[in-house]
Amino acid sequence: MSTAPPGPLLQVEAVSVRFGALLALSAVSLSIHRGDILAIIGPNGAGKTTLLNVISGFYHPHEGRILFEGRDRTRLSPPDVAALGVARTFQNVALFKGMSVLDNLMTGRLLKMGGHFLLDALWWGPAKRQELANRAFVERVIDFLEIQSIRKTPAGKLPYGLQKRVELGRALAAEPKLLLLDEPMAGMNVEEKEDMSRFILDVNGEFGTTIALIEHDMGVVMDITDRVVVLDYGRKIADGPPEQVRKDPVVLDAYLGASHG
Amino acid sequence: MAEILYAIFVGPFRDMAGSPAFLVEVLLGGLFTGLMYSLVALGFVLIFKASGVFNFAQGVMVLFAALTLVGLMERGMPVAAALLITMAVMVALAFLIERVVLRPLVNQEAIILFMATIGLNFFLEGFGELLWGANVKKLDVGIPDRSFMMAGVQINQLEMSAAATAAVLVGVLAVFFQRTRIGRALRAVADDHEAALSIGIPLKTIWVIVWSVAGLVAIVAGIMWGAKSGVQFSLSLVALKALPVLILGGFTSVPGAIVGGLIVGVGEKLGEVYWGPLVGGAIENWFAYVVALVFLLFRPQGLFGEKIIERV
Repeated sequence: MSTAPPGPLLQVEAVSVRFGALLALSAVSLSIHRGDILAIIGPNGAGKTTLLNVISGFYHPHEGRILFEGRDRTRLSPPDVAALGVARTFQNVALFKGMSVLDNLMTGRLLKMGGHFLLDALWWGPAKRQELANRAFVERVIDFLEIQSIRKTPAGKLPYGLQKRVELGRALAAEPKLLLLDEPMAGMNVEEKEDMSRFILDVNGEFGTTIALIEHDMGVVMDITDRVVVLDYGRKIADGPPEQVRKDPVVLDAYLGASHG
Repeated sequence: MAEILYAIFVGPFRDMAGSPAFLVEVLLGGLFTGLMYSLVALGFVLIFKASGVFNFAQGVMVLFAALTLVGLMERGMPVAAALLITMAVMVALAFLIERVVLRPLVNQEAIILFMATIGLNFFLEGFGELLWGANVKKLDVGIPDRSFMMAGVQINQLEMSAAATAAVLVGVLAVFFQRTRIGRALRAVADDHEAALSIGIPLKTIWVIVWSVAGLVAIVAGIMWGAKSGVQFSLSLVALKALPVLILGGFTSVPGAIVGGLIVGVGEKLGEVYWGPLVGGAIENWFAYVVALVFLLFRPQGLFGEKIIERV
């Protein structure tokens, strides 16, 4: 995009989050650059999900700032963050279980429907056209994720791996600028992980979507990401290309501390 | 033995056939009562669909709306002005409930929200009586409680206007929820708060909207019932009849609430008039609950409710 302002898409500046006495994030700073796939890794309880929740507005930091496209967005609510073009998935899959796959994806486009929703009732024509346009886009997402055969199935009835895929689809339906994925491959078998890796790479490659993801599988992280940020006890301990981070002694220590003695 | 069977299975139908005009009157009476149940149940369904909250206070909201309307009119306000102010009060109440009750309890268990609405129930009941007094009041909205004859059937003017109003209201609501995006947003919010927020649905706005609509429905229900039998505490007990209606129609279905209400209304009236003498009457009081029990046993999702999906 030629109109995009220069600088990183998202900047996290010295963000701290406290839960009572626990410091979940301690002065964490990082940038997510346009078009990148960034991985956030770290041992359990390192603050990865907290960081994602801060970026998507579910938590507000006690200190520090969040800048999206260069503008301060620290205190926005989740719907406002979504309106800026940030979509996310959840660690434990948060689908609308009673709705069909198709309807789940359609809800992802609620923000794309212009005008005021009260006016929909009065002018049926435009609303209908919009619905069709949105439906067309959702069908593209369905094709892209290869979930044609389950489009009418209630999301709650799908196996876990497919639910994760549908959740990704709902996020994609919003045509986000920034896509946040919280453990997109957790609980998947090797084959499902390969599929998911391919989808993530394709989303990034074909739509140019910037992606930040939390992942535990180091093989996947090394394969698909451009940059890796490592958190440990709420602090950032490394930030760089995967091959560099992999050799970083501090990172090795955090992950394999016990065996290093 | 044969006599008993005759009295149960043949006699009542012979009575119906013998005096069709009377049958139509009974049916109309049942439909009117049923419409009342429908309106209260509709308020329940709206809130339940949108927020997963079972609003125990819906019946009291009906009472509160009627009390406010009557209170204002007793102080000499014209009907139209009193009605507008009552609507404003119900919308303000929705804002207040969202701010004071729902927002602090976001993401809590359904049972906790349910308990909160029990609290709301007591509060509104007490607050309403504190403001307007506890004695029975007469609600006169200017429609005469007169009957006229049409084709040999006695028709009550008040009941007819009330029914027409309710029908219009339901139509408007149906359009609002089906033609607008808000319908899908509502279902999303009902399903998963977090996910709804993440795709840009402002939870607070949705809640204020559904509680406001439930409040407006409560006004209509309050006027209908109040004009018929006076505004008094027992108005809030209509809510108890709405419960079997919900079980019959399905907790998540707007058409279900309407059809369920009508079935219960007509069923209990027919039962009372034609079968009541056999058992010494009072069928009206338990009919709805027995129907609900049967449904709970054989079709727990109700006539129109979404199938209950449970992954094991």
